[in-house]
Amino acid sequence: MSDRRTELESAPWSGRVRRYDLIKEGVAAVVIVAIVVAALSTLFGSPDDKQVTFKQWAVAAPADFYATAVQELAGTSGTAGYGAPYNHASDGVNLGPLYLAKWLGVTHPVDTVNDFVITPLTTVANAAPVADALKQWQGSDAKTQSTWATNYDTALTKANQDASKVSAGNYGPVPALAGGLLTMAQAGSLDGALLSQGNYFQSDNTKQTLFLGDGSYFNDQSTASNLQGSTWGMMNETGRYPGQAWLWLYSFWYQIPPFNNGDNHPFGANADAWIMLIMGALSIGLICMPLIPGVRSLPYKIKIHRLIWKNYYQEENL
Amino acid sequence: MSADIEKEMWTSKLRKGWQKNLPIEKLLPDTQPAYVASWIYLFGVATLAALGVIVASGLVLSFEGASWYHYSSVGHFVNSMHFWSVQFFFIFMVVHLWGKFWMAAWRGRRLLTWITGALAFVGSIATAFTGYLIQTNFDSQWISYEAKDGFNSVGIGSRFNVTNFGQMILLHVAFLPVIIGVITLIHVLLVRAKGVVPPIDAFNNELGERK
Amino acid sequence: MGIFHHFMNLKAVYIHWGWFQISITNLLVILFMLVLFGLALVLPFPGNKKGKDQK
Repeated sequence: MSDRRTELESAPWSGRVRRYDLIKEGVAAVVIVAIVVAALSTLFGSPDDKQVTFKQWAVAAPADFYATAVQELAGTSGTAGYGAPYNHASDGVNLGPLYLAKWLGVTHPVDTVNDFVITPLTTVANAAPVADALKQWQGSDAKTQSTWATNYDTALTKANQDASKVSAGNYGPVPALAGGLLTMAQAGSLDGALLSQGNYFQSDNTKQTLFLGDGSYFNDQSTASNLQGSTWGMMNETGRYPGQAWLWLYSFWYQIPPFNNGDNHPFGANADAWIMLIMGALSIGLICMPLIPGVRSLPYKIKIHRLIWKNYYQEENL
Repeated sequence: MSADIEKEMWTSKLRKGWQKNLPIEKLLPDTQPAYVASWIYLFGVATLAALGVIVASGLVLSFEGASWYHYSSVGHFVNSMHFWSVQFFFIFMVVHLWGKFWMAAWRGRRLLTWITGALAFVGSIATAFTGYLIQTNFDSQWISYEAKDGFNSVGIGSRFNVTNFGQMILLHVAFLPVIIGVITLIHVLLVRAKGVVPPIDAFNNELGERK
Repeated sequence: MGIFHHFMNLKAVYIHWGWFQISITNLLVILFMLVLFGLALVLPFPGNKKGKDQK
């Protein structure tokens, strides 16, 4: 663009003007939008699928809950092996040589054994077998605990999560602990215990959410509501309500290779980080669009502006 | 006060700059250039109107608390107002953005207007996202569970913990609306200060270019 | 709760084209945006008579 053109385009307009009541326009806009929004609210309401509780999970899918509790003890759950910011179990996701999560450290420590199972169990009065199991667990060293939990986790997986079909073995108090947690969850006292962790004030649901996500039940609920990220779930909403359609581009990358394949290295396995990077770059691109050659010329080439200003162009014979 | 002293003062500099660039006649004009005659010009103000409904309904919700709408039918209605005004906010903003793109509205030293608008768009997505996290229902449970991986993957999760309800509700009602409010205010003041961008072909004759 | 609350909470209908899928509602929202944009460009803007313009 020539400097002369920029001068003309930035100078105060000296051509014809028309009456324009900005305040009236603004008030009318607020009133109309408020009426339309109130009408839609009256007609359709808003989405509000009930929250999933641990009680609901433990009652509806006890075997899944029980197996997840065992995984938390054995350290084989998703959370137990997550890495930063929850623990040091793995390096986590990386962008090539950049291990950003790991470098920023464990800022929200989660110890699945104690936070998810042992501490909640100590907050309630347990039946004798569970109380004894707790005592046995707490009186043992970490190596023994780990051996018991790993043995039982392996055996339970082999038995297809059916505790009644697990063959005898060296499991220590693990079956009783998982059973105690299941009873506690079914009674509805695990939800609060997980959140409070023995405290009074608490507003951080991290531990509940991570535990909930380690099982299959929560994931199945999400699949049933079409919310899985691998099937555009990021854009979707429960029921028939509109979702976050503005996330279409973010969601798009998860649907295409290599990002839709978790086994693909390095991109699929680290899709979260790469897509975050791509979207960050694209956002900067949007913000700086007028500076990008090619893109900034499109409005001159595809003359949609002739439609926008059709009246003016006609009147001025442009 | 002598003119020399006045010249050095930050306060007088600000006043003079303000008066020069954004006198009240520019802030609240009663005319617009003749080319401001298309429905597309209404989408900016429509976006602001939707934002107004969002803030108003959000304020009511903030007085009653995040769980109110689960058990009160009035609460559900106000929550619905909040929900639908957000949908319209994005609809209007996207149409506004399309309109401004095809007008190449950054011409004539209006780059900062575009940048603040785009920042408002990106910031609104973040704000809406935190709103989805504090619905205290299944949707917010799932969104926080899924989204944590995205933020954790690049280390943002170490400071911005989407599964921390307390952090998300505070950001949603305090920090993020203030950011959006300030960006929007700057955006609107820039539009008023710079004026509505003239048509792409408005000066072709003057520049002696042949069409 | 919304007059059509029950209808809105039925299982959503999705359109599939290979790897692409979208809920009817989201599709409607996106189409609505496009229609709004199209209409804003082509519909005549009222009060645009030359006589009202001032120099």
